[in-house]
Amino acid sequence: MKIAVCIKRTPDSETRFRIASTSRAVDEAGVKFDMDDFASYAVEVALQLKEKEGKGETVVIALGPDPVQETLRKAMSMGADRAIQLKVDAVPFDGLAVAKALAAELQGGGYDLVLFGKHAFDTSAGIVGTATAELLGLPVVTAASKLDIAGGRGTARRELEGAAEIVEFPLPAVVTIDEGIARPRYPSLKNIMAAKKKPLESKAAQLGPVRVTVKGMALPPDRPAGRIIGEGTAAVSELVRLLHSEAKVF
Amino acid sequence: MANVLVFAETRGGELRKAGLVALAAARKLADATGGGEVHAVVAGAPGVAARAEELGHAGADVVIAVEHAALANFDRESIAATIVARARGGSYRAIVLGFTAQGRDLGPRVAAQLDAPLVSDIIELGDASGDTLTVKHPGYANKVIIEMTIAGPAAVISVRPTAFAPIRAERKARVESMAPAADPGASRVKVKEVVEGAKGRPDLADAPIIVAGGRGLKAPENFKLVEELADAFGNAAVGATRAVTDEGWRPHADQIGQTGRQVSPQLYVAVGISGAIQHLAGMRTSKTIVAINKDREAPIFKVADYGIVGDVLEIVPALTQAVREAKKGH
Repeated sequence: MKIAVCIKRTPDSETRFRIASTSRAVDEAGVKFDMDDFASYAVEVALQLKEKEGKGETVVIALGPDPVQETLRKAMSMGADRAIQLKVDAVPFDGLAVAKALAAELQGGGYDLVLFGKHAFDTSAGIVGTATAELLGLPVVTAASKLDIAGGRGTARRELEGAAEIVEFPLPAVVTIDEGIARPRYPSLKNIMAAKKKPLESKAAQLGPVRVTVKGMALPPDRPAGRIIGEGTAAVSELVRLLHSEAKVF
Repeated sequence: MANVLVFAETRGGELRKAGLVALAAARKLADATGGGEVHAVVAGAPGVAARAEELGHAGADVVIAVEHAALANFDRESIAATIVARARGGSYRAIVLGFTAQGRDLGPRVAAQLDAPLVSDIIELGDASGDTLTVKHPGYANKVIIEMTIAGPAAVISVRPTAFAPIRAERKARVESMAPAADPGASRVKVKEVVEGAKGRPDLADAPIIVAGGRGLKAPENFKLVEELADAFGNAAVGATRAVTDEGWRPHADQIGQTGRQVSPQLYVAVGISGAIQHLAGMRTSKTIVAINKDREAPIFKVADYGIVGDVLEIVPALTQAVREAKKGH
């Protein structure tokens, strides 16, 4: 099976952000970047599918300026066979513009399966995977928390609000990956060395027109400082009184 | 003046709150453009057109009822095609969905098919004059509020289910019927089975009150204390931290946090939750936060409106009893 995994380089999710002086971006000074969490689950899923089948090829694809090559190398050190960088100066916040660049690359690539994370930490939008599938005319399953492939068909589990569904679909297809499906492996030193020799192709991204732009960024308003109203069961009646008379919850 | 198309989401033939919230946002947008109409698409098994009255009260001028036996369950490909067909036939300023499992699935399909720009998970609508629309969307897992400008004559937006209050008004909607634009039986992705979650409790997205438990509960069987407190409130959902779902004490779908569900109920009760930044990212926008934890220094107390320090295994049953009595009293 030939599998493509579209990954993204995003800031460390534990970062305490500051807003850049332009007010239109986060201040990246001192911020660590790495493969997005959901993208790393998608890479792991692809590698496990390949190992199960015992053959095939896993290709990782990412948009971005040159630092994204480090993220692509990491995916190859986990076990991906080769990588493609779609060069842009900055990845826009317009999911459809990004999807067009990925669809242009994936089109005609002969992939049986294209995997994405269900969303990326920075944009938190969940647009690119599904939109790419639509542009390619492929069936898409979003936010899969389990995935099995057998005999040219896939079965996936999706968590809904308060329920879950099991879906079946034909290949080729696009699947976006939720958390809980697989723990991403740590690359061994040997594989890190080997990844340096794997092919990484770099070419200009064919972005679609960017129609969604960032006008400003701000930190959310702080909550008022917390208040401890008491200790132990003795504080329960005061809590219920406050919930009733002050917070008016019931 | 411009019309707005909205998808009024249902499950089991009933309107979901997230759909009514999307409708409220659509109403606001139509009014902001100088008095356009709101057209609401509702899809389901025959009979779903009966929801039109409720949709009128919630802000719709026109209800487009798409009835088909095979739409008893949500069918993403057919519904996306139907929304797209309707959008092509009208001249809509925007297509509005809820940012829910259904809306997340439909939004990018509709946007890609219409070649219209899409912004997900908006919490605020700004300027809608001319050919640009300004919205706010929380990015970086709710840590940064991003104000975005969407250029073009038609935008697709999905709305956070807690961002607007549903409308209650004496409006009567005209009802039109429309056939699905694609055969719901022919979709490539087939639902084989729906596994229902906990019965009798609202979902995390819909619940005005959430009681969530963390590792401070010490053992999976103690989660029943959380469930009993939720039941005492009567309209509460149950959530959990990532530590707890990773341990398998609760299903993964219950996880509240940066990588799980993001919630903002009226009341959030954190039981035995220390308040890791990962968890706070999923609940810090709750209106009122209560925290019960044995460690006075736990970060959860920095965001809690009302904190109680002590043993959750003693305090939660006492609180459950007190809530039961208080509910009886009012």
